[in-house]
Amino acid sequence: MKAAEIIADGLIRRNPTFVLILGMCPTLGTTSSAITGLGMGVATLFVLVLSNAAISAIRNLVPDKVRIPAFIVVIASFVTVLQMLMQAFLPGLYGALGIFIPLIVVNCILLGRAEAFASRNNVLLSLADGLGVGLGFTAALTLLGCVREIAGTGAVFGYQLYSPDYGALVFVLAPGAFIALGLLIALYNRMFKK
Amino acid sequence: MEYLAIIFTAILADNVVFARFLGICPFIGVSKNIDSAVGMGLAVCFVMAVATAATWLLQTYILAPLGLQYIQTIAFILVIAILVQMVEIMLRKISPGLYAALGVYLPLITTNCAVLGVAILACQNNMEFIPSIVYAIATALGFTLAIAIFAGIRMRLDLAEVPAPMRGVPIALITAGILAMAFMGFGGIKIG
Repeated sequence: MKAAEIIADGLIRRNPTFVLILGMCPTLGTTSSAITGLGMGVATLFVLVLSNAAISAIRNLVPDKVRIPAFIVVIASFVTVLQMLMQAFLPGLYGALGIFIPLIVVNCILLGRAEAFASRNNVLLSLADGLGVGLGFTAALTLLGCVREIAGTGAVFGYQLYSPDYGALVFVLAPGAFIALGLLIALYNRMFKK
Repeated sequence: MEYLAIIFTAILADNVVFARFLGICPFIGVSKNIDSAVGMGLAVCFVMAVATAATWLLQTYILAPLGLQYIQTIAFILVIAILVQMVEIMLRKISPGLYAALGVYLPLITTNCAVLGVAILACQNNMEFIPSIVYAIATALGFTLAIAIFAGIRMRLDLAEVPAPMRGVPIALITAGILAMAFMGFGGIKIG
């Protein structure tokens, strides 16, 4: 029951993108289409769940003074695992996401959850927290990717909704990322904040 | 000429914030006034130059000959974290004045993805040693330019009447989008 609450919390009430405004670089940099946004979200989810669980498992073994470097090494190890898996099985997506895959290491969401949650709670709850926050991040990135792809090219997940001639190309380019995310956060504020 | 092209591209045409989407967190977080924005920019400039030099040497003389490129991510982030700590300790001893000005920004820089990003990009593009450092410094100057312009706009934005749901981050992001459009104009210029 508690685990379900934690998952829902990460997904909506404390959504990392819309409420905490964390991890902005991959959010803006990888959402030029719905599929790359989803890919980035799932990649981050993968690292977040595993690193949260691992950090929670070793939380009583790590001295307090070196905990931040220790957490970073744990996160970086899982990112390296992810890099190898993606190079082997998803080379296309790995190429499209480019530098943002190794940069998951410095995504503030991961270190933030490690410090704020995984270092204080048991493995099961930390898994749930990683899953919730990761799903929240994935949902936000996929949504932003859909909005930008539809507005920019008239397609979503490659499925054409209307002629690309009517698309506003700026949404696929860099400025559109900022503008679309700004509008989405404003919409979220309008809907979920009193 | 080669350096001029690197500098122009890194500062304007391929600006680290507006075109590459790196270093957005400090860009949004530390851009409330121009002084702290410039302080942050200079601190990033310093760390980025030192970090790129260190990671370039590490990559060329240790990781590549031993065939250990796959631990690049772990090795680089550790080197950067250690460097930031060392820079902080050295600045405190050598130049207390500079430390007072930049000190508060230093711990934030470890998680500034632009530092790790530039180090990895310099290696990926197979740059030589000196061009890598020029590239790092120019990228940091581009970051400083972006954050300083943005801070100036945000100081004015505080006085504007913004609809309630748009206040704070949303309007800042939309403003950044319009700024990014302006920077896209440099993309058409070719040098070298």
